[in-house]
Amino acid sequence: MFGFGILSGLIFLPLVGAAFILALRGDDEPTRNNARWAALVTTIIVFILSLVAWARFEPANPGFQLIEQKDWLGSAVLYKLGVDGISMPFVLLTAFLMPFCILASWQSIATRVREYMICFLVLETLMIGVFSALDLVLFYLFFEGGLIPMFLIIGIWGGKRRIYASFKFFLYTLIGSLLMLLAIMAMYGVAGTTDITVLLQTKFGASMQTWLWLAFFASFAVKMPMWPVHTWLPDAHVEAPTAGSVILAGILLKMGGYGFLRFSIPMFPDASQYFAPLVFTLSIIAIVYTSLVALVQEDMKKLIAYSSVAHMGFVTMGIFAMNQQGVQGAVFQMVSHGLVSGALFLCVGVVYDRMHTREIAAYGGLAKRMPLFAVALMVFTMANVGLPGTSGFVGEFLTLIGAFNANSWVALFATTGVILSACYALYLYRRVIFGILDKPNLMNIKDLSAREITLLAPLLVLTIYYGVQPGPILDACAASVTLLVKNLDSALALTKTAAAALH
Amino acid sequence: MPPISFALAHSLPEIILAVGALVLLMLGAFRAGRSDWIISELAIGLLGIALITLFFPLQGTAIVWDGAFIDDAFARFMKALALIGALVSILLSREYMAREKIDQFEFPVLIVLATVGMLMLISAQSLISLYLGLELMSLALYVVAAFHRDNVRASEAGLKYFVLGALSSGMLLYGASLIYGFAGTVNFTGIATALKGDVSIGVIFGLVFVLAGLAFKMSMVPFHMWTPDVYEGAPTPVTAFFASAPKMAAVAITLRIIITAFPGITAQWQQIIVFISIMSMVIGSFAAIGQTNLKRLMAYSSIGHMGFAMVGLVAGTELGVRGVLIYMAIYLAMTLGTFAAILSMRIGDRYVETIDDLKGLGRTNGWMAFFLAMMMFSLAGIPPLAGFFAKWYVFLAAIQGGFYWLSVIGVLMSVVSTFYYLRIVKVIYFDEPVAAFSPVNREVTGVLVIASLAVLLFWVYPSPIVNAATAAARSLF
Repeated sequence: MFGFGILSGLIFLPLVGAAFILALRGDDEPTRNNARWAALVTTIIVFILSLVAWARFEPANPGFQLIEQKDWLGSAVLYKLGVDGISMPFVLLTAFLMPFCILASWQSIATRVREYMICFLVLETLMIGVFSALDLVLFYLFFEGGLIPMFLIIGIWGGKRRIYASFKFFLYTLIGSLLMLLAIMAMYGVAGTTDITVLLQTKFGASMQTWLWLAFFASFAVKMPMWPVHTWLPDAHVEAPTAGSVILAGILLKMGGYGFLRFSIPMFPDASQYFAPLVFTLSIIAIVYTSLVALVQEDMKKLIAYSSVAHMGFVTMGIFAMNQQGVQGAVFQMVSHGLVSGALFLCVGVVYDRMHTREIAAYGGLAKRMPLFAVALMVFTMANVGLPGTSGFVGEFLTLIGAFNANSWVALFATTGVILSACYALYLYRRVIFGILDKPNLMNIKDLSAREITLLAPLLVLTIYYGVQPGPILDACAASVTLLVKNLDSALALTKTAAAALH
Repeated sequence: MPPISFALAHSLPEIILAVGALVLLMLGAFRAGRSDWIISELAIGLLGIALITLFFPLQGTAIVWDGAFIDDAFARFMKALALIGALVSILLSREYMAREKIDQFEFPVLIVLATVGMLMLISAQSLISLYLGLELMSLALYVVAAFHRDNVRASEAGLKYFVLGALSSGMLLYGASLIYGFAGTVNFTGIATALKGDVSIGVIFGLVFVLAGLAFKMSMVPFHMWTPDVYEGAPTPVTAFFASAPKMAAVAITLRIIITAFPGITAQWQQIIVFISIMSMVIGSFAAIGQTNLKRLMAYSSIGHMGFAMVGLVAGTELGVRGVLIYMAIYLAMTLGTFAAILSMRIGDRYVETIDDLKGLGRTNGWMAFFLAMMMFSLAGIPPLAGFFAKWYVFLAAIQGGFYWLSVIGVLMSVVSTFYYLRIVKVIYFDEPVAAFSPVNREVTGVLVIASLAVLLFWVYPSPIVNAATAAARSLF
């Protein structure tokens, strides 16, 4: 339609839904329900459309597919969309998680429902845009634009310290992104275009690569988040409403990893190799240190937030191992973490909706009153630990293999993180689910409702399915990752021969 | 020597406005009536006609009136912005002035006269016409700043503006005389020719003084002291006018004089522009954090924005000038939109003044809250709003000109400034409402809606502004 393809459809459909909700009048209960249904229907249609896109996507083709291109800011900065094996899983993940977010907010959000749903739909547009943009400026537009709805979601519907958390989230992310913006301008100056496909072929000079890499790193490291710039994440997670946490952990954090894979590694191969030890060090610190921090948390959401930082440490480690296993493992780990951490936050949301506290100490012995919940939480906890048979295992295992091939010491330290993650996750599970049910206000707590079962069941099924059958995701990204690693190796070899020729 | 009709055709907007202003003055004097809106309606019509004639009769570049006056694409672009600023300011003023009982007919006439000065300034091609335009503009501005003469703050604002403005005019004139003395001509192209090769220190002195005078008009640090007081003290529509139209004229003449008259001493003016740009960004960002008054906050915001705009000029390239032009166009929409929002909110019988007055606007007036919040995000430069593209074009020029540190400082200051814009969003959306707002006037709402749509949807179809700015920048080189 009008020369726009399916990716544009994915991007603009949520906006249509948002416009419809905007047109609703009044603030009575029927209007709120209309807003909820409109948002749910929109996100489901987007999900179906994303499945159509997946059907049209050829996993064997390593290049960009479903490409759309139009002039935008002149003919050098384009409106160009396309997906390859690395971005397609994230587009699907985004479209998949959104209906859950809407459902999770069905009852817990009672005020300003219209605005809430609009924020989420706009956020969906921007997130899908990030993963399908094939122009750097367009990418930046979506990447940064996502701050606005997320700021409002945390700030309006968040917890007690929501204002502090929302400001911290916004300013932290912004400062990194603006440095990246300057790097984008410098790249535009060299290549004369911001078309990502052209930039992937452009060879940047050695010293320029270093600066560009650092600028992109500033943005993606904050977004990931990597130690030591992770401190915004626990605050944002704790204060955000449940669905906000799901999106934050499930999608927004993945933008950092996606950015490394899309830009840092293929565009600045020499700098990536140069800085790989730095990234390894930061990743190991993230894995070990934040796991230890998670161990002493009193707040469930904060604990999961710190565990997210640790898991993202595996992702950065895998990416900068710069080999097939590492990178594929990182992609898998990101998708799996999107499902698992999203589900964990939904689980916290379940008990929070009942008791209105996230204090771990306020719970205990839930297994007796909430057997279904106990089962669900157990599966997700095990997946978070990385138990074989769950999706968490595949990603961690592959990234560790990749890291081992690159540098065995890194793998050694990182593996201790797996043990630590078992400690904090099981410790959390024991304190919440087992023990004696002696808190008087817990006596009448109800097990999962039908809505909550619909919410958690698909995630549970997928977590186990991908644990035994990781093929679909790995196959989708295999060809693109192979191409990425091949290009990287040839670029590094080229630099090496050039350096040898100088001597 | 081209025929006189040629010269007249190229200065038609100025002539229309000058004659029109005098006619309006007579009309107002003879009617001797207060609070009738016919004068302001006619003034709006007059500015509208000037805006149309700007693009009609002739195209291309022409230097007329003995080399004192230039009409080119650059001038037309900036004149259009200045005329829009003036026109919208009158629109915004009408209800406010009536409510505050200061709706004398002189106000629209003074705005039109100031606009004539701005157009002269934008088209100035020699130091003499520069000074004439500047003074015509400034004298009218001094009066409108103190237009609420029974109000102590407004009188203080007017007086302060006048005294400091006179000082800056003096500096500018002194600098102009130095340049004339050492270059031997007042004509910009003549100065450029004279400054080839070795340049005497006297010219540098002259340049410094001229730029100081112009920096005052652009309200850039260290000549910004008047801005917060005048913005706060003047009636709000006047503040909207100050923040929009005169800025366009001052920036336009700064670009023109630097690019056409001083290409020979690029290293010297670059130092000055880099300094005032950095200082404006720093002061504009940090000083705004502590403000509680919305108009004062907008004053610091405008100081900061001028700093950002000048980042584009630093490179001294066509790309940079294009960046500044786009910046000014977008800044105009953002400023007028923000002031329209401020002017359309009343609590009881007084207008919104402090940031706390906006508490809970998101609950009480959803649309207004949405528009104002988007203006704030845009002023902060968050994509996909227009403010992002403004910053994109100026920083792009600076990066490509090799001014990396300036750009890094710029984006860091942009983060600092984001903090106070976010604070307004926070007050609007996160805080509980305190008071309900009275219904709003239709003209003001119209301005707000149009400005908001321009800011919100700029990314959909950016090419008209970008292409016009590109053509305008090219005509300057």
